[in-house]
Amino acid sequence: MRIAVLVKDVPDLVEELELDESGRGLAVDDLSYVPSEWDDQALEEALLLKEASGAHVSAVALDTGDIDNMLYAALAKGADRAVKLVGDYDRTMPGRQRARILADYLAGAGYDLIMTGVQAVDDLDGQIAGLLGGMLGWPHASVVRDVALGADASGAVGFVQEYAGGRMAEFRSATPLVLGVQAAKKPPRYVPIARIRQVSRSATLEEVEAGAPTSESLLAIERLYRPEAQGHATMWEGDAAEVAAALMALLDEQHLRS
Amino acid sequence: MGPIIVVVELQNDAMSPATGELLTRARQLAPARSTRVVALGFGEAARASLAASGADDAVLVLGADAYVPTRAEAALRQVMHDTSAGLVLLANTTMGMDLGAASAAAEGRPMVAYVTSLAAAEGGAFTATSQVYAGKLVAEVAVPEGSVVTVLPGSWPAEETVGSGTPVRDLAVPSESAMELVRTIEPDTGDVDITRADVLVSVGRGIQDPDNLELADELAEALGAVVSCSRPVVDAGWLPRARQVGKSGQTVKPKLYLALGISGAPEHLQGMKDSEIIVAVNSDPAAPIFEVAHYGATCDILELMPLLTERLGEAG
Ligand SMILES: Cc1cc2nc3c(=O)[nH]c(=O)nc-3n(C[C@H](O)[C@H](O)[C@H](O)COP(=O)(O)OP(=O)(O)OC[C@H]3O[C@@H](n4cnc5c(N)ncnc54)[C@H](O)[C@@H]3O)c2cc1C
Ligand SMILES: Nc1ncnc2c1ncn2[C@@H]1O[C@H](COP(=O)(O)O)[C@@H](O)[C@H]1O
Repeated sequence: MRIAVLVKDVPDLVEELELDESGRGLAVDDLSYVPSEWDDQALEEALLLKEASGAHVSAVALDTGDIDNMLYAALAKGADRAVKLVGDYDRTMPGRQRARILADYLAGAGYDLIMTGVQAVDDLDGQIAGLLGGMLGWPHASVVRDVALGADASGAVGFVQEYAGGRMAEFRSATPLVLGVQAAKKPPRYVPIARIRQVSRSATLEEVEAGAPTSESLLAIERLYRPEAQGHATMWEGDAAEVAAALMALLDEQHLRS
Repeated sequence: MGPIIVVVELQNDAMSPATGELLTRARQLAPARSTRVVALGFGEAARASLAASGADDAVLVLGADAYVPTRAEAALRQVMHDTSAGLVLLANTTMGMDLGAASAAAEGRPMVAYVTSLAAAEGGAFTATSQVYAGKLVAEVAVPEGSVVTVLPGSWPAEETVGSGTPVRDLAVPSESAMELVRTIEPDTGDVDITRADVLVSVGRGIQDPDNLELADELAEALGAVVSCSRPVVDAGWLPRARQVGKSGQTVKPKLYLALGISGAPEHLQGMKDSEIIVAVNSDPAAPIFEVAHYGATCDILELMPLLTERLGEAG
């Protein structure tokens, strides 16, 4: 079973999201980036499958800038191979363009199972698992957990899909298959920076020349802005003691003290 | 313009509230674009909902009693194709995430996700706002004719529809599929039902360490409340799934929802925004939770929880 895990980085939401001068995009060069948290879940689930059933795991990323460390981290965690798709790319590329380049690469790369995060905080124009499934004409599912290989002798892949209210369903699918992973069976493993540095000195990233961005079905963003507070909270200023006092007063006023 | 297709989802065999919202907006938009509304539903259980949808026409996919992503996608694509759909509306649920992006990509149409408002545009097709970056930014986008749009549940109110006048046409799609349903799994009800609590002490990733959950338990006990949480707390294995509030967890409407160290991602808000009183404590003053909270504070929850427990104890 050959698994590709697609990874990308996204702006770190802990920091202020600066907008560019046009008011239609982020000031991408001024932001700090972190791996998309759901891609981390997908990678963890793939590595657990490798450990349980001997799958071969490749981490694949588009070279939109500064992504080498993310790929070295995947290798340090236990991925067998790291693939960097290189071309004229940058961080402003919409998800749809990224999906097309990835789909063109994946179509002929011989993977059985494509795993990716269920969504990313920036995928305004569609989540990657569905976009790839549609472009490649492969079966796909989102909001997936509990992936199992060798669910039967045919080589089908088992997985569980989550719905609202905690309902779920278990499926079995032929490959090639694309899964948008919501959560791994265990929290993503941690590797110390020193270990990632060590891997970056000994391992190599496989570079693949990939296609040029196309402009198919692109969206026009007219404005990007911070939510205009409609009903912003009444803020209680002060330290924890003052906030506790305000809360006590609210509980009394609302007769909510047991 | 071709019809506005609304994908109908069921919840306990009735139309889901999110579908009612989509149909409401579709019926408002259709006259402005001189077109009609077509409701698309899956399986016999959807027949009554389709007939009462208030849409101009409805299509019922036969043999789709259980949801299988590949079959539902084939049916949606066929309807989009046959009707030259002018707009496709889905809720941003699991089904919407499966079918939205895939049918858009396969049919070469634009896609807009996480939509919270949708209107007819001057001189164009439609315009939408989307919640991106976990609710920290809003994107206003042009929605061209032919687009597929997924809408966050609860974005606008649904109008009641009356009558059962919508004609329903049956559609057979090929039954072979690469994907098969093995079994459905009912929710694990767990030890407590968080949907019945009057007061919820709800903790998020800001709790930082499972050892700190004790602080939340003590506070809940002093308050006569129940502890609930955001999804990452469940995924980390710190609390059972039955305690999770949000899109993939429970929808709660307590008298008081105390959100401690929860950022307020759209998936969380979906499950608690109709609580009577929401108090949010989060060290980040820009956290989107403050957009829905009635009262807020930016102090450290790890300091606040024990203090509050102590005060409640003193007050007796
Ligand atoms: C398909 C799908 C379904 C989902 N379903 C759900 C769902 O049902 N429920 C759900 O909750 N999420 C759900 N999510 C996840 C959701 O997108 C968010 O990732 C999640 O809600 C974030 O949880 P959080 O607010 O606890 O964590 P974070 O976003 O990490 O926020 C933690 C907050 O704590 C604050 N903080 C940290 N330390 C302190 C301190 N000492 N004192 C005060 N504040 C502090 C930080 O400022 C931060 O704002 C779903 C996602 C997907 C893709
Ligand atoms: N073949 C499978 N593929 C994926 N998940 C599975 C499979 N079998 C069981 N599970 C999951 O594993 C957990 C335990 O299931 P069970 O073994 O049926 O008690 C449940 O959460 C199931 O959803």
